[in-house]
Amino acid sequence: MHTPRLEYQDYRVNHDARKLARSLGWFSIGLGLAELLMPGKLARAVGMEDNEGLIRLYGLREIGTGVGLLMTDNPEPWVYGRVVGDSLDLATLGVGMQRGDNPVGAAIAATAVAGVTVLDLACARGLGEEHHPVTLYDYSDRSGFPEPPERMRGRAAYGSIDRLPQVHGADAADRETETRH
Amino acid sequence: MRALRWHGKHDIRCDNHVPDPTIEDGRDAIIKVSSCAICGSDLHLYDGFMPGMQHGDIVGHEFMGEVMEVGKDNKKLKVGDRVVVPFTIVCGECDQCRRGNFSVCERTNRNKDIADKVFGHTTAGLYGYTHLTGGYAGGQAEYVRVPYADVGPVVIPDGLTDDQVLFLGDILPTGWQAAAQCDIQPTDTVAIWGAGPVGQFAIRSAVLMGAEQVICIDNVPERLSMARAGGAITINFDEESVIHRLQELTRGKGPEKCIDAVGMESHAARSIDSMYDRAKQALFMETDRPHVLREMIYVCRPAGILSIPGVYGGLLDKIPFGAAMNKGLTFRMGQTHVNRWTDDLLNRIQDGQIDPTFVITHKVSLEEGPDMYKVFREKHDGCIKVVLKP
Ligand SMILES: NC(=O)c1ccc[n+]([C@@H]2O[C@H](COP(=O)([O-])OP(=O)(O)OC[C@H]3O[C@@H](n4cnc5c(N)ncnc54)[C@H](O)[C@@H]3O)[C@@H](O)[C@H]2O)c1
Ligand SMILES: [Zn+2]
Ligand SMILES: [Zn+2]
Repeated sequence: MHTPRLEYQDYRVNHDARKLARSLGWFSIGLGLAELLMPGKLARAVGMEDNEGLIRLYGLREIGTGVGLLMTDNPEPWVYGRVVGDSLDLATLGVGMQRGDNPVGAAIAATAVAGVTVLDLACARGLGEEHHPVTLYDYSDRSGFPEPPERMRGRAAYGSIDRLPQVHGADAADRETETRH
Repeated sequence: MRALRWHGKHDIRCDNHVPDPTIEDGRDAIIKVSSCAICGSDLHLYDGFMPGMQHGDIVGHEFMGEVMEVGKDNKKLKVGDRVVVPFTIVCGECDQCRRGNFSVCERTNRNKDIADKVFGHTTAGLYGYTHLTGGYAGGQAEYVRVPYADVGPVVIPDGLTDDQVLFLGDILPTGWQAAAQCDIQPTDTVAIWGAGPVGQFAIRSAVLMGAEQVICIDNVPERLSMARAGGAITINFDEESVIHRLQELTRGKGPEKCIDAVGMESHAARSIDSMYDRAKQALFMETDRPHVLREMIYVCRPAGILSIPGVYGGLLDKIPFGAAMNKGLTFRMGQTHVNRWTDDLLNRIQDGQIDPTFVITHKVSLEEGPDMYKVFREKHDGCIKVVLKP
């Protein structure tokens, strides 16, 4: 085996984190649409009926972040945007739990938001890993040829698959009878 | 004995008390495995893309070792012979074997009826590769039963190490056949998708067969550096547009010959140059699988050849067949007819024309096998080819 392996440092894209970022983008858009289109229902569910306007505003914010996450080449700031949005949501629901008409509903919603916040943070951490250099290996000495590739070109040129040395047709049949008897 | 067994998606374990294999037929042999390897095809099982695996199946189809026991009708092998075992099991007597079409042997698939139903006709039995191809126990184990052992196994002469010859059982002939199927002419550009072990051997083969220009496409930097070492020009599909670069390198004509050494788990390019691509990415459709095939059909020069060693399982969606037909492309594909090429390739190794050890990046014990599946799949730690020592 060829040892030692030559090393160097480089950066790598974290495909899983980017995929998660896109899922969160869709989640944002879905939630945002719900907030925008049926703020009344949501307001009642968390017992904050006077705050329909605020919920609509939050909906716009969610949709903006969602579209950003889906369109960008660099999702990291957008994911942090989601984290900030999560804290805003949690703060608002906190107010609802203390002063609203449906503290239980608000608490349930806060738990759900907290769950998504955990995902947002995981995603942010995953994207952050892209800034850490990883060790890559340099295999530029592994040609597998005894001479430079340029000198090996055409050493096995037969012009056609049919003229390459191989076992088929009658050869295949003969060889098997030979080896078996 | 110890063996790596499949217990479900992403769950391969090194199990300790697996029953030893025994001779079941007069032509069998039992091999004590000295080296075996993990293949890109094993990843399709690991990732759960191939139907027909069962809980507890022993995996692995690239292996070699010493003959421990031979059946009474086996006149070819003796105890103590050192053999490399091709991953396709061949009978040597059926009509296909007699034509040299070994990977579609008509007799070695024990589950012929299922294969007949699924594919229309049966194909050869394979080691450690689903019950569609016979459900034979695989070679990532201490011992393996080799059926029809008087035909397939290649006896290795003294003086060659395991590492030099192990790949004769699969990836070396696979890369070689991929290039051979291209009928390479001295003016040809051969474009090869995938710089995994199969792609690496396809590059060396295309160079030896005299292609004017060999181009390799992947997005893993160290694999691309190994591709360049073998004489290929490389394209990183994360960084540049494959189609544009290929057009550029062929003065707009497209490569005459294209090889798909990726198969059913291809990733789509991350360099995004259109709204359409962005929309697809947003909808998680960027990983629809036959990406490489589509790209090859699109970019290949009319009247060119597409050679497909990459493995596919079932039905493929949205193949631009109109383009393929009107461009007059030739498709050649299949599991490798390993025994067609082994004599010649063994000679080339002995002559020093090619030294297959260059792809080996990791050599570990069988116990470390399950971890290595992960490392190989994720392409961590510069991993290109893993050899296991039971
Ligand atoms: N026909 C046969 O008999 C035979 C034998 C052995 C292996 N195979 C098949 O050959 C294929 C390759 O095997 P391997 O061991 O080299 O596997 P591998 O997984 O190590 O290599 C596949 C490579 O393709 C690259 N890739 C993914 N998407 C790509 C894209 N869009 N464009 C270019 N490259 C892309 C990956 O980064 C990876 O390096 C697998 O499908 C395997 O099943 C076939
Ligand atoms: Zn293989
Ligand atoms: Zn046969």
